[in-house]
Amino acid sequence: MISHDILVVGGGLAGLAAALNSDPKLSVAVVSKVHPLRSHSVAAQGGINAALGNNPDGKDDTWERHAFDTIKGSDYLSDQNSAERMCQKAIPAIYELDALGVPFSRFPGGVIAQRPFGGAGFPRTCYAADRTGLVILHTLYEHSIRKKVRFYNEWLVTRLVVQNGKCLGVIVFDLASGDVIPVQARTVVFATGGYGRVYLKTTNAFINHGSGIGMAYHAGVPLKDLEFVQFHPTSLFDKNILITEGARGEGGYLVNNQGKRFLEDYAPTAMELAPRDIVARAIQTEIDKGKGFEGEYVHLDLRHLGAEKIKKRLPGIREICIDFAALDPIDTPIPIQPAQHYSMGGLDVDENCASRVEGFFAAGECACVSVHGANRLGGNSLLETVVFGKVAGEEASKRVPQMGITPNAQQILLEEALDQKSRFEAWRKRDSGEKVHRLLNRLKVVMSDKVGIFRNKKDLSEALEDISQLREDYKNIYISGKCLRYSQELVNIIEFESMLDLAEVITSGALTREETRGSHFRTDFPKRDDKDWLKHTMVTLEDGKPRISYQEVKIDKYEPTERKY
Amino acid sequence: MDYIFRILRFDPKKEEHPSFQDFSYATEEKKSVLEALMDIRNEQDCTLSFRYSCREAICGSCAMVINGNFDLACHRDLGALRSSTVIVEPLPNLEIQKDLVVDMDPFWEALHEIEPYLHAEDVVPERGHRIEDREMEKIFQYINCILCGCCYAACPVASRDERYLGPAALAKLYRFVKDPRDQRPFSNWSRVNTEGGLWGCDTVFKCNEVCPKDVRPADGIEALRRKLIVEKVKHLFKRGR
Repeated sequence: MISHDILVVGGGLAGLAAALNSDPKLSVAVVSKVHPLRSHSVAAQGGINAALGNNPDGKDDTWERHAFDTIKGSDYLSDQNSAERMCQKAIPAIYELDALGVPFSRFPGGVIAQRPFGGAGFPRTCYAADRTGLVILHTLYEHSIRKKVRFYNEWLVTRLVVQNGKCLGVIVFDLASGDVIPVQARTVVFATGGYGRVYLKTTNAFINHGSGIGMAYHAGVPLKDLEFVQFHPTSLFDKNILITEGARGEGGYLVNNQGKRFLEDYAPTAMELAPRDIVARAIQTEIDKGKGFEGEYVHLDLRHLGAEKIKKRLPGIREICIDFAALDPIDTPIPIQPAQHYSMGGLDVDENCASRVEGFFAAGECACVSVHGANRLGGNSLLETVVFGKVAGEEASKRVPQMGITPNAQQILLEEALDQKSRFEAWRKRDSGEKVHRLLNRLKVVMSDKVGIFRNKKDLSEALEDISQLREDYKNIYISGKCLRYSQELVNIIEFESMLDLAEVITSGALTREETRGSHFRTDFPKRDDKDWLKHTMVTLEDGKPRISYQEVKIDKYEPTERKY
Repeated sequence: MDYIFRILRFDPKKEEHPSFQDFSYATEEKKSVLEALMDIRNEQDCTLSFRYSCREAICGSCAMVINGNFDLACHRDLGALRSSTVIVEPLPNLEIQKDLVVDMDPFWEALHEIEPYLHAEDVVPERGHRIEDREMEKIFQYINCILCGCCYAACPVASRDERYLGPAALAKLYRFVKDPRDQRPFSNWSRVNTEGGLWGCDTVFKCNEVCPKDVRPADGIEALRRKLIVEKVKHLFKRGR
């Protein structure tokens, strides 16, 4: 049986950071459902935050101010010690990336350039034009070649195997062969990314089904704050491809059909650079009031930046607009609308990325440490992946020697693999039933219509009923294409079960949380309520049903006050 | 609009030869070739296999040949093809694993050959390296490469000579040689002073033509050749002194 000391699941930024920072004396491998360079991290555009103080307007920046902005941006739901840890580690992390070869853009004098981003008191977002995710992912992948990291590509993890609270390994589906393979591991690090494709409109890659989060939840890891779903203000109308916050950081305007920069009605000081939850709601409100175009979008106007700046700082955005919307932002405003973008919540882990399951760690978007609380600031997600990916690799390495041996681990893994196989066979034997892509589309519509930017009790309750109907229908799922090799249909069937779980947890958390905080806006409870709701939602699976409990938020420095921008 | 998709199908585990299969496809919406392929798979034949991920031309998964052109399926608008017949084939010069999915290993192995990572001391300079933006921007052309494999599959030299590293790997090497932070010695990168390396290129510029990200890998190969010659001359002088 394949066996490793540390098995990292996911080959995006957090996964590669974990693998690269694991103890080189241990046997480490990365399992990824796509080639690592095809991971969604590659699509990150605008940048990564660290208080380097390189921008002339940011000389007084400190990591403490970065931490404060992160905590305020989170609407005070982030654990302050974790946010501080991330922001403190941000500075050496950027220099480390630079030393590894990340080609950051520079300021005169040769220092790393920094641009303003939403919700930040100083310009502290480091970037490589607007392809920051691409260059960091490629750089970490390059170093994993150097360090001869073992990769198992196009392997989809289908189960996390846990016994008596201890992690034993995973079961995978190998796309190339169509086989089910058990993999033993002393420690497992999940870096499996987000679940954007639970929604109809999302900036996320087609592959972002979030199944890793669902599988760990099934194996006993609680989900924390999953109702906090980030909607990015500016996705390209219709295709919902991300248009970076950097476009506003460079000075872009948001304009309604009256030609007005409407943010002055919502965030008069920060304007377009208010945090994402506020800007996304402002845009949606304008559209709903009939002040959008075609009832669906507003304009992101970059024309006043001039051709030179657009070509130098936002070449990728220009390319996206030309290729996918047949317009050049040098001459024409970009039609944009909000779309699901990021999950603040995720697998409950502590500041060492450790979960309550012994030997199981998580980092990146799939995890909730929590640093982002109820709303993440732009430029903090790449930061989280490199900082906490590294922490996860180091902490998993320390844990390996303590993990001991479970005598019948291989037996258990083999049984789980056989069980997985028999499920596949059951789906394959049926000649008719539900097709997964239809269920997937139904789920996306439910989540977008009823669990979107603006929420209320009626919609959320209906959504829960719809999800439970989908769960019934899923019991009749079948594989219509009988060949399992490179079967995306089978991948979708496996992942859909997790998507149902995530949808249910997001919705129940949102229904229960009777307040408005960060990205979670209840039209029937439009105020933040610190007395009753300054706490993390924790959801565990008990007898097949989500059970909600709560956990205290760690507040050590900054008392919650009203957010104003 | 009605289309006929003529897709090359092949399951090497079951069949001897690839063959084309026709699918009718109708849509009124603006769709990419990738979205159309997904619809066809979902509605007509779930065994149809192809790779995809980002759908925004940045991950490099969905390189294929569409109506004879090397392209990313996500980035080609169906309407822009100006043809009601859409012929879809996998990248050539790489073995088909299933339908449009090819074995990319030779491409990745070639990349690994050039040691595609920054060669620098393991110390992190305090407050980072000092590099002028214009120096950094010189490599921006090459860091746009998404390693989709179009250039490798289209390269006539790579197709006939398996030793040849191909355009993407050599352009990547130039990206590092040109990086002010990279300290790889001449002896390291001059290993490509071979027929399987720099001198393999026929300079027919097929790679520049097919690159969906406008990286122009042949520019990098040409520049490396020039640099190689300059370095050799320098070495000769040193020895002469």
